[in-house]
Amino acid sequence: MCGLCGAFANADHWSQGGDAARMTDAVPAVERMRQAAAANRVLALRGLKLSVWADRFVLRGPTGRSVVVDHLGTLWTAADSLGACVDPLDAGLMSRLEDDQT
Amino acid sequence: MTRDLITASVLTGFLGAGKTTLLNRLLSGPDLADTAVIINEFGDIGLDHLLVESVDGDIVLLKSGCVCCTVRGDLKDAVLALFERRARGDIPAFRRLVIETTGLADPAPIIATLAADLMLKYHFAIGNVVTAIDVPNGLHNLEAFEEAGRQVALADRIVLTKADLASGQDLEALRLAVEAINPAAIITTTIVTTGRDSRDKGQARSSEVAALLTQDIHDLASRPAEARRWVAAARHGDHVHATPDRNRHGDIRAMSLTIDRPIAWARFSLWLSLMVHRHGTRILRLKGILDIEGVGSPVVVHGVRHLIHPPFHLADWPCDRASLLVLITDGDLGDIQRSLRAFVGAQAEVRASVPART
Repeated sequence: MCGLCGAFANADHWSQGGDAARMTDAVPAVERMRQAAAANRVLALRGLKLSVWADRFVLRGPTGRSVVVDHLGTLWTAADSLGACVDPLDAGLMSRLEDDQT
Repeated sequence: MTRDLITASVLTGFLGAGKTTLLNRLLSGPDLADTAVIINEFGDIGLDHLLVESVDGDIVLLKSGCVCCTVRGDLKDAVLALFERRARGDIPAFRRLVIETTGLADPAPIIATLAADLMLKYHFAIGNVVTAIDVPNGLHNLEAFEEAGRQVALADRIVLTKADLASGQDLEALRLAVEAINPAAIITTTIVTTGRDSRDKGQARSSEVAALLTQDIHDLASRPAEARRWVAAARHGDHVHATPDRNRHGDIRAMSLTIDRPIAWARFSLWLSLMVHRHGTRILRLKGILDIEGVGSPVVVHGVRHLIHPPFHLADWPCDRASLLVLITDGDLGDIQRSLRAFVGAQAEVRASVPART
Protein backbone atom coordinates (compact mmCIF):
# COMPACT_ATOMS: atom_id res chain seq x y z
CA MET A 1 0.00 0.00 0.00
CA CYS A 2 1.20 3.48 -0.79
CA GLY A 3 1.96 5.29 2.48
CA LEU A 4 1.01 8.67 1.09
CA CYS A 5 -2.28 8.07 -0.67
CA GLY A 6 -3.42 4.83 0.97
CA ALA A 7 -3.94 3.15 -2.38
CA PHE A 8 -3.20 -0.54 -2.74
CA ALA A 9 -0.43 -1.66 -5.07
CA ASN A 10 -1.27 -1.47 -8.72
CA ALA A 11 -2.85 -4.79 -9.68
CA ASP A 12 -1.51 -6.76 -12.64
CA HIS A 13 -3.29 -6.27 -15.92
CA TRP A 14 -2.58 -7.86 -19.28
CA SER A 15 -1.91 -4.43 -20.84
CA GLN A 16 1.18 -4.14 -18.63
CA GLY A 17 2.83 -7.00 -20.44
CA GLY A 18 1.83 -10.15 -18.55
CA ASP A 19 4.38 -12.94 -18.29
CA ALA A 20 6.79 -10.99 -20.42
CA ALA A 21 8.10 -8.68 -17.70
CA ARG A 22 8.22 -5.81 -20.13
CA MET A 23 6.25 -5.74 -23.33
CA THR A 24 8.73 -3.50 -25.10
CA ASP A 25 12.32 -2.53 -24.50
CA ALA A 26 11.11 0.62 -22.72
CA VAL A 27 11.12 0.82 -18.92
CA PRO A 28 7.61 0.58 -17.42
CA ALA A 29 7.40 4.33 -16.76
CA VAL A 30 8.15 5.09 -20.41
CA GLU A 31 5.58 2.52 -21.57
CA ARG A 32 2.99 4.16 -19.29
CA MET A 33 3.78 7.53 -20.92
CA ARG A 34 3.23 5.93 -24.32
CA GLN A 35 -0.06 4.41 -23.21
CA ALA A 36 -1.21 7.79 -21.88
CA ALA A 37 -0.24 9.45 -25.19
CA ALA A 38 -2.08 6.77 -27.17
CA ALA A 39 -5.13 7.12 -24.90
CA ASN A 40 -5.14 10.91 -25.19
CA ARG A 41 -5.47 10.71 -28.98
CA VAL A 42 -8.85 9.11 -28.34
CA LEU A 43 -9.84 10.73 -25.04
CA ALA A 44 -9.18 14.27 -26.27
CA LEU A 45 -12.03 13.79 -28.75
CA ARG A 46 -14.35 13.37 -25.73
CA GLY A 47 -12.84 16.20 -23.66
CA LEU A 48 -10.85 13.93 -21.33
CA LYS A 49 -7.15 13.85 -20.47
CA LEU A 50 -5.09 11.01 -19.02
CA SER A 51 -1.89 11.78 -17.08
CA VAL A 52 0.70 9.43 -15.65
CA TRP A 53 0.74 9.52 -11.85
CA ALA A 54 3.51 7.41 -10.28
CA ASP A 55 2.77 3.81 -11.35
CA ARG A 56 -0.78 4.59 -12.41
CA PHE A 57 -2.84 7.26 -14.17
CA VAL A 58 -5.24 10.08 -13.41
CA LEU A 59 -8.15 10.73 -15.78
CA ARG A 60 -9.57 14.26 -15.81
CA GLY A 61 -12.94 15.20 -17.22
CA PRO A 62 -13.96 18.47 -18.88
CA THR A 63 -15.29 19.87 -15.58
CA GLY A 64 -12.06 19.11 -13.73
CA ARG A 65 -13.41 16.02 -12.01
CA SER A 66 -10.69 13.36 -11.81
CA VAL A 67 -10.50 9.62 -11.27
CA VAL A 68 -7.45 7.48 -10.45
CA VAL A 69 -6.96 4.76 -13.06
CA ASP A 70 -4.77 1.74 -12.28
CA HIS A 71 -4.36 0.51 -15.83
CA LEU A 72 -6.13 0.30 -19.19
CA GLY A 73 -8.51 -2.28 -17.72
CA THR A 74 -10.14 0.37 -15.55
CA LEU A 75 -9.66 3.34 -17.89
CA TRP A 76 -12.87 2.92 -19.86
CA THR A 77 -15.08 2.35 -16.82
CA ALA A 78 -13.61 5.60 -15.45
CA ALA A 79 -14.27 7.36 -18.78
CA ASP A 80 -17.88 6.08 -18.69
CA SER A 81 -18.22 7.47 -15.15
CA LEU A 82 -17.11 10.88 -16.42
CA GLY A 83 -19.83 10.75 -19.04
CA ALA A 84 -17.56 9.97 -22.02
CA CYS A 85 -18.80 6.75 -23.55
CA VAL A 86 -16.24 5.76 -26.20
CA ASP A 87 -17.03 3.09 -28.81
CA PRO A 88 -14.05 1.90 -30.89
CA LEU A 89 -16.43 0.97 -33.73
CA ASP A 90 -18.12 4.37 -33.86
CA ALA A 91 -17.72 5.65 -37.44
CA GLY A 92 -17.34 9.26 -36.29
CA LEU A 93 -14.56 8.35 -33.86
CA MET A 94 -12.72 6.24 -36.45
CA SER A 95 -12.99 9.02 -38.98
CA ARG A 96 -11.50 11.59 -36.58
CA LEU A 97 -8.65 9.24 -35.66
CA GLU A 98 -7.95 8.72 -39.38
CA ASP A 99 -7.93 12.50 -39.97
CA ASP A 100 -5.56 12.87 -37.04
CA GLN A 101 -3.03 10.61 -38.76
CA THR A 102 -2.91 12.43 -42.07
CA MET B 1 2.87 -16.34 -13.11
CA THR B 2 3.75 -15.17 -9.68
CA ARG B 3 1.14 -17.30 -7.91
CA ASP B 4 0.69 -21.02 -8.12
CA LEU B 5 -2.53 -21.02 -10.07
CA ILE B 6 -4.85 -23.96 -10.63
CA THR B 7 -5.71 -24.32 -14.31
CA ALA B 8 -9.44 -24.57 -14.92
CA SER B 9 -10.43 -26.14 -18.23
CA VAL B 10 -13.90 -26.51 -19.67
CA LEU B 11 -15.12 -29.67 -21.42
CA THR B 12 -18.21 -29.05 -23.47
CA GLY B 13 -20.16 -30.62 -26.31
CA PHE B 14 -23.75 -31.04 -27.40
CA LEU B 15 -26.02 -33.85 -26.17
CA GLY B 16 -24.61 -37.16 -27.40
CA ALA B 17 -21.35 -35.61 -28.61
CA GLY B 18 -19.16 -38.02 -26.64
CA LYS B 19 -18.19 -35.91 -23.64
CA THR B 20 -18.77 -38.87 -21.34
CA THR B 21 -16.41 -41.10 -23.32
CA LEU B 22 -13.76 -38.39 -23.22
CA LEU B 23 -14.33 -37.91 -19.50
CA ASN B 24 -14.03 -41.63 -18.84
CA ARG B 25 -10.68 -41.76 -20.59
CA LEU B 26 -9.63 -38.70 -18.69
CA LEU B 27 -10.63 -40.09 -15.31
CA SER B 28 -9.19 -43.56 -15.81
CA GLY B 29 -5.75 -42.58 -17.13
CA PRO B 30 -2.73 -41.67 -15.03
CA ASP B 31 -1.96 -38.43 -16.86
CA LEU B 32 -4.40 -36.28 -14.95
CA ALA B 33 -3.93 -37.70 -11.49
CA ASP B 34 -3.73 -34.22 -10.00
CA THR B 35 -7.07 -33.19 -11.46
CA ALA B 36 -10.44 -32.39 -9.98
CA VAL B 37 -13.43 -32.81 -12.27
CA ILE B 38 -16.79 -31.15 -11.84
CA ILE B 39 -19.48 -33.13 -13.62
CA ASN B 40 -23.23 -32.99 -13.82
CA GLU B 41 -24.17 -36.41 -12.51
CA PHE B 42 -22.11 -39.35 -11.24
CA GLY B 43 -24.58 -41.77 -12.81
CA ASP B 44 -23.97 -40.43 -16.27
CA ILE B 45 -20.38 -41.54 -16.53
CA GLY B 46 -20.45 -44.85 -14.63
CA LEU B 47 -17.72 -44.23 -12.09
CA ASP B 48 -18.23 -47.34 -9.96
CA HIS B 49 -15.26 -49.30 -11.29
CA LEU B 50 -12.94 -46.30 -10.73
CA LEU B 51 -14.21 -45.36 -7.31
CA VAL B 52 -11.90 -45.48 -4.29
CA GLU B 53 -13.69 -43.48 -1.68
CA SER B 54 -16.65 -41.19 -1.28
CA VAL B 55 -15.56 -38.05 0.59
CA ASP B 56 -19.11 -36.90 1.02
CA GLY B 57 -22.33 -36.78 -0.95
CA ASP B 58 -21.04 -34.90 -3.96
CA ILE B 59 -17.29 -35.62 -3.95
CA VAL B 60 -15.54 -38.93 -4.71
CA LEU B 61 -11.91 -40.00 -5.04
CA LEU B 62 -10.94 -42.19 -8.01
CA LYS B 63 -8.24 -44.83 -8.51
CA SER B 64 -6.36 -42.56 -10.88
CA GLY B 65 -6.03 -39.90 -8.17
CA CYS B 66 -8.70 -37.67 -9.67
CA VAL B 67 -11.23 -35.93 -7.49
CA CYS B 68 -14.72 -35.96 -8.95
CA CYS B 69 -17.49 -33.64 -7.85
CA THR B 70 -21.02 -32.98 -9.02
CA VAL B 71 -22.56 -29.54 -9.31
CA ARG B 72 -25.57 -28.90 -7.16
CA GLY B 73 -26.77 -25.47 -8.02
CA ASP B 74 -24.30 -22.72 -8.58
CA LEU B 75 -20.99 -23.45 -10.32
CA LYS B 76 -19.14 -20.73 -8.45
CA ASP B 77 -20.18 -22.24 -5.11
CA ALA B 78 -19.13 -25.71 -6.28
CA VAL B 79 -15.67 -24.49 -7.33
CA LEU B 80 -15.18 -22.55 -4.11
CA ALA B 81 -16.34 -25.49 -1.96
CA LEU B 82 -13.89 -27.75 -3.78
CA PHE B 83 -11.10 -25.24 -3.27
CA GLU B 84 -11.86 -24.90 0.44
CA ARG B 85 -11.81 -28.69 0.91
CA ARG B 86 -8.48 -28.75 -0.92
CA ALA B 87 -7.12 -26.02 1.38
CA ARG B 88 -8.29 -27.94 4.46
CA GLY B 89 -6.64 -31.14 3.20
CA ASP B 90 -9.92 -33.08 2.94
CA ILE B 91 -9.12 -33.93 -0.67
CA PRO B 92 -5.79 -34.14 -2.58
CA ALA B 93 -4.22 -30.84 -3.62
CA PHE B 94 -5.35 -30.91 -7.24
CA ARG B 95 -3.41 -28.72 -9.69
CA ARG B 96 -6.01 -28.78 -12.42
CA LEU B 97 -9.77 -28.44 -12.59
CA VAL B 98 -12.00 -29.66 -15.41
CA ILE B 99 -15.58 -28.44 -15.62
CA GLU B 100 -17.96 -30.51 -17.71
CA THR B 101 -20.88 -28.50 -19.05
CA THR B 102 -24.32 -29.86 -19.79
CA GLY B 103 -24.99 -30.59 -23.45
CA LEU B 104 -27.20 -27.58 -23.87
CA ALA B 105 -24.88 -25.15 -22.11
CA ASP B 106 -23.25 -22.15 -23.66
CA PRO B 107 -19.74 -22.30 -22.14
CA ALA B 108 -19.27 -18.52 -22.22
CA PRO B 109 -21.04 -17.80 -18.90
CA ILE B 110 -18.91 -20.49 -17.23
CA ILE B 111 -15.75 -18.73 -18.35
CA ALA B 112 -17.25 -15.39 -17.36
CA THR B 113 -17.99 -16.79 -13.87
CA LEU B 114 -14.38 -17.90 -13.40
CA ALA B 115 -12.99 -14.68 -14.82
CA ALA B 116 -15.25 -12.27 -12.96
CA ASP B 117 -15.17 -13.58 -9.39
CA LEU B 118 -12.27 -12.02 -7.48
CA MET B 119 -11.52 -15.06 -5.35
CA LEU B 120 -11.77 -17.52 -8.23
CA LYS B 121 -9.64 -15.24 -10.38
CA TYR B 122 -6.97 -15.17 -7.69
CA HIS B 123 -6.65 -18.94 -7.49
CA PHE B 124 -7.61 -20.20 -10.94
CA ALA B 125 -6.27 -19.54 -14.45
CA ILE B 126 -8.51 -20.40 -17.36
CA GLY B 127 -7.09 -23.18 -19.51
CA ASN B 128 -8.41 -24.83 -22.64
CA VAL B 129 -12.02 -25.00 -23.71
CA VAL B 130 -12.36 -28.48 -25.23
CA THR B 131 -15.42 -29.09 -27.38
CA ALA B 132 -16.57 -32.55 -28.46
CA ILE B 133 -18.75 -32.73 -31.55
CA ASP B 134 -19.88 -36.03 -33.05
CA VAL B 135 -19.57 -36.62 -36.76
CA PRO B 136 -22.94 -38.38 -37.28
CA ASN B 137 -25.03 -35.55 -35.76
CA GLY B 138 -22.65 -32.59 -35.57
CA LEU B 139 -23.72 -30.77 -38.73
CA HIS B 140 -27.39 -31.11 -37.85
CA ASN B 141 -26.78 -29.85 -34.32
CA LEU B 142 -24.82 -26.88 -35.65
CA GLU B 143 -27.72 -26.00 -37.94
CA ALA B 144 -30.47 -26.55 -35.40
CA PHE B 145 -29.01 -25.36 -32.09
CA GLU B 146 -27.31 -22.08 -31.43
CA GLU B 147 -25.51 -23.54 -28.38
CA ALA B 148 -23.70 -26.12 -30.54
CA GLY B 149 -22.21 -23.31 -32.65
CA ARG B 150 -21.19 -21.32 -29.59
CA GLN B 151 -19.51 -24.38 -28.07
CA VAL B 152 -17.39 -24.67 -31.24
CA ALA B 153 -16.73 -20.92 -31.41
CA LEU B 154 -15.32 -20.81 -27.88
CA ALA B 155 -13.08 -23.86 -28.23
CA ASP B 156 -9.31 -24.07 -28.11
CA ARG B 157 -9.50 -27.75 -29.02
CA ILE B 158 -12.25 -29.43 -31.00
CA VAL B 159 -12.61 -33.20 -30.94
CA LEU B 160 -14.58 -34.72 -33.81
CA THR B 161 -15.92 -37.90 -32.20
CA LYS B 162 -17.45 -41.13 -33.49
CA ALA B 163 -15.73 -40.62 -36.85
CA ASP B 164 -16.05 -44.36 -37.57
CA LEU B 165 -19.85 -44.15 -37.37
CA ALA B 166 -20.09 -41.85 -40.39
CA SER B 167 -18.64 -41.57 -43.88
CA GLY B 168 -15.42 -39.80 -44.77
CA GLN B 169 -17.51 -37.21 -46.58
CA ASP B 170 -19.50 -36.47 -43.44
CA LEU B 171 -16.27 -36.11 -41.49
CA GLU B 172 -14.85 -33.67 -44.03
CA ALA B 173 -18.10 -31.67 -44.20
CA LEU B 174 -18.15 -31.33 -40.41
CA ARG B 175 -14.46 -30.40 -40.33
CA LEU B 176 -15.09 -27.61 -42.87
CA ALA B 177 -18.11 -26.32 -40.94
CA VAL B 178 -16.17 -26.33 -37.69
CA GLU B 179 -13.15 -24.60 -39.25
CA ALA B 180 -15.45 -21.94 -40.67
CA ILE B 181 -16.85 -21.17 -37.23
CA ASN B 182 -13.51 -21.31 -35.42
CA PRO B 183 -10.49 -20.97 -37.67
CA ALA B 184 -8.02 -20.85 -34.78
CA ALA B 185 -9.00 -24.03 -32.94
CA ILE B 186 -6.96 -27.20 -33.17
CA ILE B 187 -9.10 -30.07 -34.45
CA THR B 188 -8.56 -33.74 -33.65
CA THR B 189 -10.60 -36.81 -34.51
CA THR B 190 -11.52 -39.83 -32.40
CA ILE B 191 -13.41 -43.03 -33.09
CA VAL B 192 -15.73 -44.96 -30.84
CA THR B 193 -13.84 -47.20 -28.42
CA THR B 194 -16.18 -49.10 -26.19
CA GLY B 195 -16.12 -52.49 -24.54
CA ARG B 196 -13.24 -54.58 -23.20
CA ASP B 197 -11.71 -55.39 -26.59
CA SER B 198 -10.83 -51.80 -27.17
CA ARG B 199 -9.51 -51.14 -23.70
CA ASP B 200 -5.86 -51.04 -24.81
CA LYS B 201 -6.73 -48.58 -27.51
CA GLY B 202 -8.67 -46.52 -25.02
CA GLN B 203 -5.77 -46.55 -22.57
CA ALA B 204 -3.36 -45.39 -25.24
CA ARG B 205 -5.63 -42.51 -25.96
CA SER B 206 -5.87 -41.35 -22.37
CA SER B 207 -2.59 -39.46 -22.80
CA GLU B 208 -3.95 -37.84 -25.95
CA VAL B 209 -7.10 -36.85 -24.11
CA ALA B 210 -4.96 -35.50 -21.29
CA ALA B 211 -2.98 -33.43 -23.81
CA LEU B 212 -6.23 -31.72 -24.83
CA LEU B 213 -6.16 -30.20 -21.38
CA THR B 214 -2.49 -30.02 -20.45
CA GLN B 215 -1.16 -28.43 -23.63
CA ASP B 216 -2.50 -24.95 -23.13
CA ILE B 217 -1.19 -21.41 -23.03
CA HIS B 218 -0.07 -21.87 -19.41
CA ASP B 219 2.19 -24.76 -20.35
CA LEU B 220 5.53 -23.14 -21.22
CA ALA B 221 6.85 -26.22 -23.00
CA SER B 222 3.95 -26.50 -25.42
CA ARG B 223 3.46 -22.78 -26.13
CA PRO B 224 5.55 -22.58 -29.33
CA ALA B 225 3.98 -25.71 -30.85
CA GLU B 226 0.53 -24.54 -29.76
CA ALA B 227 1.03 -21.15 -31.45
CA ARG B 228 2.37 -22.84 -34.57
CA ARG B 229 -0.72 -25.07 -34.71
CA TRP B 230 -3.33 -22.37 -34.33
CA VAL B 231 -1.57 -19.95 -36.68
CA ALA B 232 -1.39 -22.74 -39.28
CA ALA B 233 -5.07 -23.56 -38.65
CA ALA B 234 -6.07 -19.91 -39.08
CA ARG B 235 -4.00 -19.52 -42.27
CA HIS B 236 -5.47 -22.75 -43.62
CA GLY B 237 -8.94 -21.45 -42.77
CA ASP B 238 -8.23 -18.21 -44.66
CA HIS B 239 -7.23 -20.23 -47.68
CA VAL B 240 -10.12 -22.68 -47.64
CA HIS B 241 -12.87 -20.30 -46.57
CA ALA B 242 -12.08 -17.36 -48.81
CA THR B 243 -15.71 -17.06 -49.89
CA PRO B 244 -17.69 -14.63 -47.76
CA ASP B 245 -20.45 -16.96 -46.62
CA ARG B 246 -18.13 -19.64 -45.27
CA ASN B 247 -17.13 -17.73 -42.19
CA ARG B 248 -20.65 -17.26 -40.90
CA HIS B 249 -22.66 -19.62 -38.86
CA GLY B 250 -25.92 -18.16 -37.71
CA ASP B 251 -24.82 -15.09 -35.86
CA ILE B 252 -21.28 -16.33 -35.23
CA ARG B 253 -18.65 -14.77 -37.47
CA ALA B 254 -14.92 -15.34 -37.70
CA MET B 255 -12.38 -13.02 -39.22
CA SER B 256 -8.63 -12.83 -39.31
CA LEU B 257 -6.71 -9.58 -39.60
CA THR B 258 -3.12 -9.30 -40.80
CA ILE B 259 -0.88 -6.30 -40.25
CA ASP B 260 2.43 -6.38 -42.10
CA ARG B 261 4.22 -3.64 -40.17
CA PRO B 262 5.21 -3.65 -36.50
CA ILE B 263 2.58 -2.05 -34.26
CA ALA B 264 2.99 -0.01 -31.05
CA TRP B 265 1.97 -1.96 -27.94
CA ALA B 266 0.55 1.20 -26.35
CA ARG B 267 -1.84 1.74 -29.25
CA PHE B 268 -2.79 -1.90 -29.69
CA SER B 269 -3.43 -2.47 -25.97
CA LEU B 270 -5.53 0.70 -25.88
CA TRP B 271 -7.66 -0.54 -28.78
CA LEU B 272 -8.05 -4.05 -27.35
CA SER B 273 -8.90 -2.78 -23.86
CA LEU B 274 -11.62 -0.56 -25.36
CA MET B 275 -12.94 -3.34 -27.62
CA VAL B 276 -13.34 -5.79 -24.73
CA HIS B 277 -14.79 -3.09 -22.48
CA ARG B 278 -17.44 -2.06 -25.00
CA HIS B 279 -18.02 -5.29 -26.96
CA GLY B 280 -16.54 -8.05 -24.76
CA THR B 281 -19.80 -9.91 -24.32
CA ARG B 282 -19.91 -10.41 -28.10
CA ILE B 283 -16.24 -11.28 -28.63
CA LEU B 284 -16.37 -15.04 -28.22
CA ARG B 285 -12.69 -15.66 -28.91
CA LEU B 286 -9.62 -13.66 -29.78
CA LYS B 287 -6.18 -15.02 -30.61
CA GLY B 288 -3.29 -13.00 -31.86
CA ILE B 289 0.39 -13.22 -32.63
CA LEU B 290 1.81 -9.72 -32.74
CA ASP B 291 4.81 -7.99 -34.23
CA ILE B 292 5.36 -5.26 -31.64
CA GLU B 293 7.62 -2.23 -32.22
CA GLY B 294 10.81 -2.54 -30.22
CA VAL B 295 10.31 -6.28 -29.58
CA GLY B 296 12.18 -8.78 -31.71
CA SER B 297 10.17 -11.85 -30.74
CA PRO B 298 6.48 -12.50 -31.34
CA VAL B 299 3.97 -11.63 -28.63
CA VAL B 300 0.93 -13.87 -28.19
CA VAL B 301 -2.45 -12.64 -26.89
CA HIS B 302 -5.49 -14.80 -26.12
CA GLY B 303 -8.92 -13.76 -24.99
CA VAL B 304 -12.40 -15.06 -24.26
CA ARG B 305 -15.11 -12.42 -23.99
CA HIS B 306 -13.97 -9.77 -21.45
CA LEU B 307 -11.05 -11.87 -20.33
CA ILE B 308 -7.63 -11.31 -21.92
CA HIS B 309 -4.91 -13.67 -20.72
CA PRO B 310 -1.52 -12.18 -19.81
CA PRO B 311 0.39 -11.90 -23.10
CA PHE B 312 3.66 -13.79 -23.50
CA HIS B 313 6.66 -13.87 -25.81
CA LEU B 314 7.70 -16.73 -28.03
CA ALA B 315 11.39 -17.23 -28.82
CA ASP B 316 10.82 -17.54 -32.58
CA TRP B 317 8.20 -16.71 -35.17
CA PRO B 318 6.00 -19.74 -35.96
CA CYS B 319 5.02 -18.05 -39.25
CA ASP B 320 6.12 -15.15 -41.45
CA ARG B 321 6.83 -12.06 -39.34
CA ALA B 322 3.53 -10.16 -39.28
CA SER B 323 0.74 -9.57 -36.80
CA LEU B 324 -2.20 -11.96 -37.13
CA LEU B 325 -5.38 -11.48 -35.14
CA VAL B 326 -8.28 -13.93 -35.24
CA LEU B 327 -11.62 -12.76 -33.86
CA ILE B 328 -14.78 -14.81 -33.47
CA THR B 329 -17.76 -12.61 -32.73
CA ASP B 330 -21.39 -13.03 -31.89
CA GLY B 331 -23.02 -11.04 -34.67
CA ASP B 332 -21.69 -8.20 -36.76
CA LEU B 333 -20.00 -5.75 -34.39
CA GLY B 334 -19.10 -3.27 -37.12
CA ASP B 335 -15.98 -2.45 -39.09
CA ILE B 336 -13.34 -4.02 -36.81
CA GLN B 337 -10.70 -3.84 -39.53
CA ARG B 338 -11.09 -0.07 -39.91
CA SER B 339 -11.20 0.44 -36.16
CA LEU B 340 -7.92 -1.42 -35.61
CA ARG B 341 -6.27 0.55 -38.42
CA ALA B 342 -7.54 3.88 -37.03
CA PHE B 343 -6.23 3.05 -33.56
CA VAL B 344 -2.84 1.55 -34.40
CA GLY B 345 -1.90 4.10 -37.06
CA ALA B 346 -2.08 4.86 -40.74
CA GLN B 347 1.17 3.08 -41.53
CA ALA B 348 -0.27 -0.24 -40.50
CA GLU B 349 -2.23 -1.68 -43.38
CA VAL B 350 -4.79 -4.04 -41.84
CA ARG B 351 -5.95 -6.78 -44.16
CA ALA B 352 -8.98 -8.92 -43.41
CA SER B 353 -8.38 -12.33 -44.95
CA VAL B 354 -11.88 -13.51 -44.17
CA PRO B 355 -14.21 -10.53 -44.34
CA ALA B 356 -16.36 -10.17 -41.27
CA ARG B 357 -19.07 -8.33 -43.10
CA THR B 358 -20.88 -10.08 -45.88
